[in-house]
Amino acid sequence: MKKLLLATAATALVAGAASAQDVKLGVLLGFTGPLESITPAMGAGADLAIKEINDSGKFTLGTASAVRGDSTCVDAAAATAAAERLVTADGVVGIVGADCSGVTGAVLQNVARPNGIGMISPSATSPALSTAEDDGLFFRTAPSDARQGEIMADILSEKGIKSVAVTYTNNDYGKGLADSFGAAFAAKGGSVTISAPHEDGKADYSAEVASLASAGGEMLIVAGYVDQGGKGVIQASIDSGAFSTFYLVDGMYGEALIEAIGEPLNGSFGAVPGTDSEGAAKFQEMATAAGFDGTSAFSPESYDAAALILMSMAAANSTASKDWTTKVMDLANAPGEPILPGELGKALELIAAGTDIDYVGATAVELVGAGESAGNYREYEIKDGTISTVGFR
Amino acid sequence: MDILNALVVFLNFVFIPGLAYGAQLALGALGVTLIYGILRFSNFAHGDTMAFGTMVTILFTWWFQSMGISFGVLPTALLALPFGIAITAAMTLGTDRVVYRFYRKQKAAPVILVMVSLGVMFVMNGIVRLIIGVDDQNFADGGRFLISAGDFKTMTGLAEGLAIKSTQAVTVVTALVVMGLLFWFLQKTRTGKSMRAFSDNEDLALLSGINPDRVVQVTWIIAAALATIAGVLYGLDKSFKPFVYFQLLLPIFAAAIVGGLGSPIGAIAGGFVIAFSEVMVTYAWKKVVTYLVPESMAPEGLLQLMSTDYKFAVSFAILILVLIFMPTGLFKGKSV
Repeated sequence: MKKLLLATAATALVAGAASAQDVKLGVLLGFTGPLESITPAMGAGADLAIKEINDSGKFTLGTASAVRGDSTCVDAAAATAAAERLVTADGVVGIVGADCSGVTGAVLQNVARPNGIGMISPSATSPALSTAEDDGLFFRTAPSDARQGEIMADILSEKGIKSVAVTYTNNDYGKGLADSFGAAFAAKGGSVTISAPHEDGKADYSAEVASLASAGGEMLIVAGYVDQGGKGVIQASIDSGAFSTFYLVDGMYGEALIEAIGEPLNGSFGAVPGTDSEGAAKFQEMATAAGFDGTSAFSPESYDAAALILMSMAAANSTASKDWTTKVMDLANAPGEPILPGELGKALELIAAGTDIDYVGATAVELVGAGESAGNYREYEIKDGTISTVGFR
Repeated sequence: MDILNALVVFLNFVFIPGLAYGAQLALGALGVTLIYGILRFSNFAHGDTMAFGTMVTILFTWWFQSMGISFGVLPTALLALPFGIAITAAMTLGTDRVVYRFYRKQKAAPVILVMVSLGVMFVMNGIVRLIIGVDDQNFADGGRFLISAGDFKTMTGLAEGLAIKSTQAVTVVTALVVMGLLFWFLQKTRTGKSMRAFSDNEDLALLSGINPDRVVQVTWIIAAALATIAGVLYGLDKSFKPFVYFQLLLPIFAAAIVGGLGSPIGAIAGGFVIAFSEVMVTYAWKKVVTYLVPESMAPEGLLQLMSTDYKFAVSFAILILVLIFMPTGLFKGKSV
């Protein structure tokens, strides 16, 4: 009995000692649900940054590690429970996530603020999050959809398209994007014939498509998810001959769509957050070396989110959220020494030496307003069954 | 004024999708109504029986495809269908043997059997997800269109296209054949007659020497066949996803109740009533009306009664109206 007690005490000590050196980051993404086809590359992006920080040996606060949680993208209760577990059971000191706007808002209000844990979302883009109460704890390396709406309006009016039908996934993200696009497009003189929601997870979208077709328009704007209703609406539109070209928003970006729809998708176009900066190319290389697809949507943003959290901790010399969150804006923005992916070790050295840095990262991070990315978009077109980049905005 | 174009738009976006969806619902509702008429309980596991049957059929389809067997322009799944039905029938008979028979022997109240079927539903739900996963499975092959919208336009020179997917045609034809066979079976064969007798008056049927076990077994086999066919047709036309099949239970029950539980004709009528009202009430009539009225009277708005989000609400509104004013349904089934 005595031995057993000793042994347990010793184990507890060892465990305690180990955790003191562990800097755990929660990676809260929708590993199941509507975004499950892009989240693996997002998680890998975050892991890549963490590994790079550890390998540099310059991170003095301990060994960083990722603890994954499933936000499900759509179920606020499940996401809140997952975040609660990350914070209370796993003891994470910062969260990379969540991914979708609705669950991100829920986690911010129900878990992050009550527990005082900072979070940087790589992909929540709802304009509503710009004005949400956040106690200074919330940032995002993705731009608000107010910006995406403007980009969409620009692309369409440059192509001379005057009237479009819009369908959006019935949640914060879809509604926010459809509204901001509608406003921006009207300002450019375009008209939206109908802006109709669709529910995800249905097998049949013929009724939705029937309404869209009746309202008419030169093309259909699909503000949905690639694994869900967005795909169903496109399939039903093509089957019934309602629309033949589609504008694909960031949530609709993915090879999976081309695989599912095939040839009829040729000629459709869209834009997805991304840049042609040096950092983006560098990140691509590192991703390929690490064995995942760095062009996958929001994968570079995830790298930047994880890197920013860890560097802010180094700058604050503390893993407490109330300390490191104050450093995020300084590190992300000019002035300072520009830092690209793969240079995190150098950045840590500079921080230790007290030199100011400007983290550029994989997505040319520039945080504006309440701590959200100013936004760079890659315009692309689908030609002969492949995604080809048209330009950057 | 362009009546032809208006007609084509109506056919393309309302009539054909409604017809296919209605046929799928009718087949599902037939299974529910048979179980209700003969075994006297609402089988909540029916949606998941459909999912199970479709899953088995998909697995056979994949196997056939890997061996290079195909059915020409028709989907390979039709070849796999008999195997799916056989295994699903074995599964329902097994469930009856292990679960339902126990409660039947005890003469359990119908509401207990309903709860038992709810349990069976969850078990099957899990089995299907374990075997094939939760994702979308697309297993349609063969020719995709009977007529595609583009071909129709060049053929007729009309401004509007009419698309008929081959799966829609297959659905309607198969449904008609299956319904014909079922009615022939119930009206003309000895077993069919004994099933109807059992449904009308159980005690009298027993006294006249009808073997109840046999009636129950045949009912389960037919219900399994109907569920598998309905599920496969729905999956071919749309796509297979276990969660969607679980949700299908609602419109299927609505169809069976609207038509009158226990009445096969009612189930078919109910299926089409539910399908067409879902599509028509939520359809934006702007385009059809624009073609019909003179240009000066062309509508500004969408002429849409309800947003498509309310599709399910439509079937339930009809269900409530029918239950209030005609509790036994349109075709005098049993009151719920």
